[in-house]
Amino acid sequence: MSKIHIPTPLRQYAGKQAAIAVNGGTVGDALSDLVSKHPDLRRHLYTDDGKLRAFVNVYLNDEDVRYLQKEATAVKDSDTISIVPSIAGGR
Amino acid sequence: MLRITQSQFEALRRHGEETYPHECCGVLLGQFEDDGTRRVTSIARCGNTRDDSPHNRYNIDPRELIRIQREGRERGEDIVGFYHSHPDHPAQWSSTDLAEAHWLGCSYVITAVEKGRAAVTNSFELKGSDENDKQFSDEKVEID
Repeated sequence: MSKIHIPTPLRQYAGKQAAIAVNGGTVGDALSDLVSKHPDLRRHLYTDDGKLRAFVNVYLNDEDVRYLQKEATAVKDSDTISIVPSIAGGR
Repeated sequence: MLRITQSQFEALRRHGEETYPHECCGVLLGQFEDDGTRRVTSIARCGNTRDDSPHNRYNIDPRELIRIQREGRERGEDIVGFYHSHPDHPAQWSSTDLAEAHWLGCSYVITAVEKGRAAVTNSFELKGSDENDKQFSDEKVEID
């Protein structure tokens, strides 16, 4: 099983856990397993048409999956996936 | 409410002076207390990746955030908020700040930097249950 780190605002929808072990051979499968275990996370991660929200960054170890094979990126048991909502703004 | 030490508070204000006339940004690490207070135990400076418009925009590289999050975890700290500066602009959240804020339940600290000197610093809690009803709420800053 790989591990997904949950950012602090979303932990209330994930049983207050900071990290969750998930099954899945790809990033997409791992995220699907995560939302099947914690359905309340779905609306925070995905749009109504099932796409990852634009501000939700998903990293496999230290790599942005957008620059790998996106949700088809292969995942090994030793891998860590991080969900990182963007941090931006300005006056 | 946000609780922060005097030295951390001064450090984040000084960061805004150092990057003036550009916006600074950084992460507040610490604990969420039972009464909802966010207690800051350390701050982490970040680079502003908005090279195209650094005087009025900021963005933190997610990769830098992952590193900060990992180092904080090893110290028993969580991300409880963020800070940035508004060069020659009030310490109030902007429509851009709200649109691009996604860490519900966290603090967003803004320091106005006037002609290179840190002026007012305010903090806002991002409240709401999701993207549709999120809003910034003024919050008290208690300096230990």
